[in-house]
Amino acid sequence: MATEAERTEPGRVELKDPLLAALLAWLIPGLGHLYQGRTAKAVLYAVCILGTFAYGVYLGGRSDLGYGRAVYFSFRPGDRRLPFLCQVWAGLPTLPALIQANLAQRRKPPLWNGFMAPPRLEGENAAGLANSPTLNDLNKALSTRFELATVYTMVAGLLNILAIYDAWGGPVFAEKKEEDEEGQEAAKQPRGERKRVADEQSGPAGETHSEATPS
Amino acid sequence: MKSEDGLPGAPVMLPVLIATVEVNMLWYALPLIVAVSLVYAATRHEDMRPILQHALRVGMYIVGFMLVIFVVLWLMLFWVSRPA
Repeated sequence: MATEAERTEPGRVELKDPLLAALLAWLIPGLGHLYQGRTAKAVLYAVCILGTFAYGVYLGGRSDLGYGRAVYFSFRPGDRRLPFLCQVWAGLPTLPALIQANLAQRRKPPLWNGFMAPPRLEGENAAGLANSPTLNDLNKALSTRFELATVYTMVAGLLNILAIYDAWGGPVFAEKKEEDEEGQEAAKQPRGERKRVADEQSGPAGETHSEATPS
Repeated sequence: MKSEDGLPGAPVMLPVLIATVEVNMLWYALPLIVAVSLVYAATRHEDMRPILQHALRVGMYIVGFMLVIFVVLWLMLFWVSRPA
């Protein structure tokens, strides 16, 4: 049963350049919606997703170890960081991890006090890496916080996938509002007839997203 | 009620003690529940009011689900730690 607020909600949403908006939403959570003029949702996505990611970055570090140690890119033998496949959906906030991974591959010391730098592999003793912690060191020093940081940053990345889809395809309305109120006869009509009626009701308009998205 | 080592009330208290040791960790779930509820609800609606209403419902579902899992685990722990 739709609530009063849901009944008054407009059924269609103007979506400005969905592909560009989706790309922007991936780069910075909320930016795609800001581009489309959906400011409230942009703020909501930015606060929720970036806030979750930032808290994860904070949890996964310490002043002496560097922050954001749970967000790093590494597909070396002995250290394949699969959580990064979820974290990377948070967009540009994960860019430092890629820069640090590039440096580590060239056996150069990490920047920014090890921020999002991959841990040193056991037995790796390249110049400048002697002070870098290994994955065991990080787990020992941060304990549960390292796992929590991983979860937080992964969840932030996965939530941004929902935001990207929302920027591209618009909201999936939870309930069919007007259709339920008008009765179920319309739903029993042939698909072509329903589309014709919908086209007549909407009239000539820009690219819109129908609320009748199947769930 | 006594356990095998003779401590009064141990079978009853053991699950409670174990459950409360890590209870502070649950606070870390709160920001995640809020964020997940809001973002999920925002993908379903466009206006803020229905988003917040839907987020409240989703949040309650998540907390309810966690409570059910907690009760199931607590009962299992109680059953496992009962005296033979």
